[in-house]
Amino acid sequence: MSEETRILIRSEYDIVTARQQVRELCMTLHFSSGEQTLVATCVSELARNIVEYAGSGEIITGLTRNTDEEGIVIIAEDKGPGIPNIELAMKDGYSTSKGLGLGLPGSKRIMDEFAIVSKTGKGTTVTVKKWKKP
Amino acid sequence: MDKGRRGKGNTEGLRQELVTHFRGERNSLRREWVHQMTAKRLLEGMTPQETEAEAATIYDTCVECLETAHYDSAEAYAKKMAERGVLRGMTSEQILGGMLTLRDVYGRSLFGKYHTDMARLAAALDVYEPVANNILAVVAMAFIRERENVVRQQQEAIRELSTPVLQVREGLLILPIIGLIDSLRAKQLTEQLLHAIRTNRAKAVVIDITGVPAVDSKIANHLLQTVDAARLMGARVIVTGLSPDVAQALVYIGVDLTRLKTVGDLQGGIEEADKFLGYKVDMVGSTIAAAMKG
Amino acid sequence: MSIPILRQGSYLIASIQSSPSDSEWREMGQQLAERVGKLRSRGVVVDVTVLDLIDSFAARTLREIAQTVKLRGAEPVIVGIQPDVAFSMVQLGLTLGDIETELDLEEGMAMLDAILRDGRTNV
Ligand SMILES: Nc1ncnc2c1ncn2[C@@H]1O[C@H](COP(=O)(O)OP(=O)(O)O)[C@@H](O)[C@H]1O
Ligand SMILES: [Mg+2]
Repeated sequence: MSEETRILIRSEYDIVTARQQVRELCMTLHFSSGEQTLVATCVSELARNIVEYAGSGEIITGLTRNTDEEGIVIIAEDKGPGIPNIELAMKDGYSTSKGLGLGLPGSKRIMDEFAIVSKTGKGTTVTVKKWKKP
Repeated sequence: MDKGRRGKGNTEGLRQELVTHFRGERNSLRREWVHQMTAKRLLEGMTPQETEAEAATIYDTCVECLETAHYDSAEAYAKKMAERGVLRGMTSEQILGGMLTLRDVYGRSLFGKYHTDMARLAAALDVYEPVANNILAVVAMAFIRERENVVRQQQEAIRELSTPVLQVREGLLILPIIGLIDSLRAKQLTEQLLHAIRTNRAKAVVIDITGVPAVDSKIANHLLQTVDAARLMGARVIVTGLSPDVAQALVYIGVDLTRLKTVGDLQGGIEEADKFLGYKVDMVGSTIAAAMKG
Repeated sequence: MSIPILRQGSYLIASIQSSPSDSEWREMGQQLAERVGKLRSRGVVVDVTVLDLIDSFAARTLREIAQTVKLRGAEPVIVGIQPDVAFSMVQLGLTLGDIETELDLEEGMAMLDAILRDGRTNV
């Protein structure tokens, strides 16, 4: 990953900052306005989860490429309580906070790649990617 | 003399010797190159001024690559040529043929210079040939990338043309979908439709899928998403033209179609939309429906 | 107050500014609930034209506001959801339930007029 940017997430205000940063990055790759909105929405969900469940953490954004595609990669990382049952957390509608329970499963749907690693008591890392469509 | 004994210092010395040689012979070799390209009809469509300018820059860039053993400048030049649209107007014969000719011109001049000392000639070719090959590769890649760009742009243009969103009258759009749809195209269709709803201030949309031979559960879900998204913007969607096969398949897969408002054919769909919009069914609707059927 | 609420006849119009904070959302919900009663408003238009995204937090908040407004006796309508925003919402899986949505302020008010004149059935 090149030119990575780290955004500290400690309060709801940082969520807005993270969204704006990632939109700018999307523009450098000439993502369509629709794709920009998808990526920014995903960042909003992941950053919101950090504030809501871990208190604080980081959003790391950068560019990535494989053999013939360019894309954007976003890592949402925290040292919070972790998720005891990931399978459950990935279900549409599951929430421990009266949320809509769509942040994680929805992010998986709107991005091209989605990976989540979480350890109880240690924290959570969500990595998502979106490739530039030909 | 084999490669092992010929040290690095020697190679560098030789490299510099070649560079000096090519710079010294710049005018005559360049003329020779242009002459040969003209003979092979590789310069058609280019003015003498263009030929002169391009030939000089390409010649110097190649010598620079030889001197530095780096291909950044060749890469940068190829990219600039592509940006200026030079590559676009040329055939692959012109570009690759031109570069191959230059390669021969350089090579022959090395034969001329070293033909009395075969060992030195071999050493010179050892230095020169990898550089020539790399330059060719760089140019060929730039050319291919440019072609791919053109193809992609054309595909995009075709895609836009093949999904017309038609405004029938104030507030009513029709989106006839023709051909097989995959996920990517389904998403593009949805995006286009949503933007059209906004620009036309549409309140009703008829999506006609008579021209779609098959619909799987993924596409059906895209259709449902489109309906929901249009609804969020304040527009109702009516889907028409589900063939018996498609309808049966959807029921069989178990797609939840309760949110989907379907009407048999386009004519019926327009009438339904009109009812919703508060219009009386009139000739316009039936004329358009008839025209689209035919 | 950062989310302006205007009164227009028997309707209230709340124009959401870009990226409202959590407390601004909450405040708007409270204000609307209060004023609907005080001014005996019959309809509430929540205008989200400038929002460049609606995530699950915003969607839930909009739903809560609409439900509260309804419980207070007024018809809620959300207007101005942009094409990209609508697309992203449905991909994420967000809906606004049975809350009315319209293209823009003008359409929203027209729809409220129709509901209040003819009742729900015709809309
Ligand atoms: N960073 C995190 N740390 C701990 N738990 C999390 C984190 N992110 C998500 N979760 C858990 O996963 C559940 C589902 O998350 P999500 O899909 O975003 O829905 P919601 O936030 O609406 O509950 C949350 O309710 C929470 O229990
Ligand atoms: Mg969440």
